[in-house]
Amino acid sequence: MPPLEFAQKLKTKFGPVISEPAEFRGEITLKISDAGHIAEVCEFAKTELGFDYLVDVSSVDNYGEDPRWTVVYHLRSLTHGNELRLKTDVSEEKSELPTVMTVWKTANWHEREIYDMMGIRFSGHPDLRRILMWEGYPYFPLRKDFPLAGKPTDLPGVAFAKPAPLEGGPFVTVAGGKDAIEREPRVRTPEG
Amino acid sequence: MRTNTEIGYDSKIEGDVIVTRVDAALNWFRKNSIWPMPMGLACCAIELMAVGASRFDISRFGSEVMRFSPRQADCMIVAGTVTYKMAMCVKRIYDQMPEPRWVIAMGACASTGGMYRSYAVLQGVDNIIPVDVYVSGCPPRPEAVLDALMKLQDKIGQQPVLTELTAVAALKS
Amino acid sequence: MATVHDIEIRDSAARAAQAAEELQDSVGEKMVLNMGPSHPATHGVLRIVLELDGEIITKADPDIGYLHRGDEKIAENMTYTQFIPYTDRLDYLAPLANNVAYALAVEKLLGIDKELPPRCQYIRVMCAELARISAHLLGLGAFAMDMGAVTVFLLSFTEREKIYNLAEAISGARFTTSYTRIGGVMRDLPPTWLGQCQQFCDEFIPALNELETLLTRNRIWMDRVRNLAVISKEDAINYGLSGPNLRGSGVEWDLRKKQPYLCYPDLEFDIPTGSVGDCYDRYLVRMEEMRQSVRILLQCIKKIPGGADNKTKEPVNVPDGKVVLPPKQKVMTKMEELIHQFILVTQGMNCPPGEVYFGHENPKGELGFYINSRGGGTPYRMKIRSPSFVNLSIIPKIFVGGLISDTVAILGSLDFVMGECDR
Repeated sequence: MPPLEFAQKLKTKFGPVISEPAEFRGEITLKISDAGHIAEVCEFAKTELGFDYLVDVSSVDNYGEDPRWTVVYHLRSLTHGNELRLKTDVSEEKSELPTVMTVWKTANWHEREIYDMMGIRFSGHPDLRRILMWEGYPYFPLRKDFPLAGKPTDLPGVAFAKPAPLEGGPFVTVAGGKDAIEREPRVRTPEG
Repeated sequence: MRTNTEIGYDSKIEGDVIVTRVDAALNWFRKNSIWPMPMGLACCAIELMAVGASRFDISRFGSEVMRFSPRQADCMIVAGTVTYKMAMCVKRIYDQMPEPRWVIAMGACASTGGMYRSYAVLQGVDNIIPVDVYVSGCPPRPEAVLDALMKLQDKIGQQPVLTELTAVAALKS
Repeated sequence: MATVHDIEIRDSAARAAQAAEELQDSVGEKMVLNMGPSHPATHGVLRIVLELDGEIITKADPDIGYLHRGDEKIAENMTYTQFIPYTDRLDYLAPLANNVAYALAVEKLLGIDKELPPRCQYIRVMCAELARISAHLLGLGAFAMDMGAVTVFLLSFTEREKIYNLAEAISGARFTTSYTRIGGVMRDLPPTWLGQCQQFCDEFIPALNELETLLTRNRIWMDRVRNLAVISKEDAINYGLSGPNLRGSGVEWDLRKKQPYLCYPDLEFDIPTGSVGDCYDRYLVRMEEMRQSVRILLQCIKKIPGGADNKTKEPVNVPDGKVVLPPKQKVMTKMEELIHQFILVTQGMNCPPGEVYFGHENPKGELGFYINSRGGGTPYRMKIRSPSFVNLSIIPKIFVGGLISDTVAILGSLDFVMGECDR
């Protein structure tokens, strides 16, 4: 069965929640307009459509846009070999969506990492704590308004953190800037 | 302070006996049996393993055993990136090493943070412990690590051991 | 008088059940042991907090992040070419494989992955397979050394030194090679390289046989490793395992066969699969994968277009000046190439807006790059799906019910790398 048919089946089952499938470089992406439905959609995809393998859960920070967060799920089926990408948006005020740990156990650590790096919470997750940074780290590092050099923190007896000296570098370019002059590499402060 | 550690020896005059200063003898014992404690954190740890393997044998310099227990080691080789989360562990392990102890910062990440100028990386292990030898490279070739060990041996050979020990003993009494 | 535990049971499920029923009547008698970040047998900086009842583990909680260097945030500030050295240091046992994976992911985004010249594809396949042999050798050596068999470590490192020689000849660095570029490779093979590779393959199989006589039918090895930490097929798929860990549990999934890339469809090789899913199976899968890699290498040496010294001048880069640096003679003399060079070095190649995911069969599992691009030369968001991160998540399940001395064996058989896990 070609991959587009799986997307159509999801669309017929869940109706307006799921957008039209988009295709880019041979991959099908479906957008789910309401993040609250993600667990049901994933459950259907696993039990009825055979997507038994969750490859990856990622998050994107759309800084300056609303909704701010996009959570991306990569599904794969080991039986018929097809892949599917599901995306859902979460607004910054809510910053929460249901966990898919009930469907695939591998989502456990992926969701902990997303919480650690972006600050998006997962309701229903049994053990949502930081995984890569230490307990008690006050910031969410992968957000766009957090500088690469880091901010100073102090956790007495456990760790300390000083911002890394950048000394005029790295010369960063801006992804997706409107023209070549804006994309020109130069020293950029996090605010500018 | 430096001390003269030349062990002058002429077999025709002295026969089977070497006459030298106590400092020189103690330093010679110390520098030819440095037992490293590998603080292998990242990629440099693999090159450190290669130094210990049979092609670039580190045991011919006296560093026969890689002692993973700090209580039994002389020299801590920090090999790899030190993150802020790991920094406290490195410091604690360094504190557990008995004197005399030395530190080799192996690789760019241990020396200065390397190419990781980010929010989670300690920019150089010398922010938390005193380093004796820095080795550059990413990762340094095993020959560079052995060269660092030889430089450390030269440095140890010039430490005035007896004067320090007698000064400490005088303070205590 | 204390109860005597029956330690002949090797089935971890039965032992877990036994430990669970002890939980009710011995509350408060558990010891918490920290298998700390600095430990000779944790293969890097991994901390596992074990809760013990005597010698049997009742709970295991891994604590990672001691090598988290912020690669994903760094990627948002670097052009695609500038990020290549960071990919070396992900799975630092097989840097060539990471380079190939990253280059393929960016090429998929650009849409040029089907236009790679055949010589370039063969070179990349050879690099990936050499990296596979190198990583499995070190995994095997460290696994055996932790169990006490130090000779295996020294023998495997001797073979790895030969691979280091090959990597040094091809890229200049023994170890962190940064060899591939977007759209091709850094430079063509030196003329003697294929002969060296052939000699390595001829010498490697006898050495591997020697290693097998030391371990595979060794009584002590089999007693320690068989029927340990059995991972069922359903668990392996549910927990997202990949690579030899997944294949050791009986799932026949290898990205080189199921989602082929480069020139793997033209090559003949088998995929070893386990039947029981214990540590012994994962060890056997890795040993057999090394033999299959040598088989692939020998085929590539015969089939590579252009042969050893490339007399027919086959290209190794995509002939697109907007992606690959033009040759220096043209840069110094022609205007268009000069502009291409300037833009590629300062801004990076102009990728279309969109998102791709590409998974590559790394020695440790599936290394995936999810690149979300909004146009321009830097990614907007790059997520690295690392196999070791996912493989480690099964530890809380398979440690329970085992002895402390089993932890070393299980960690060795899972074969993970913290540089990749923490990024």
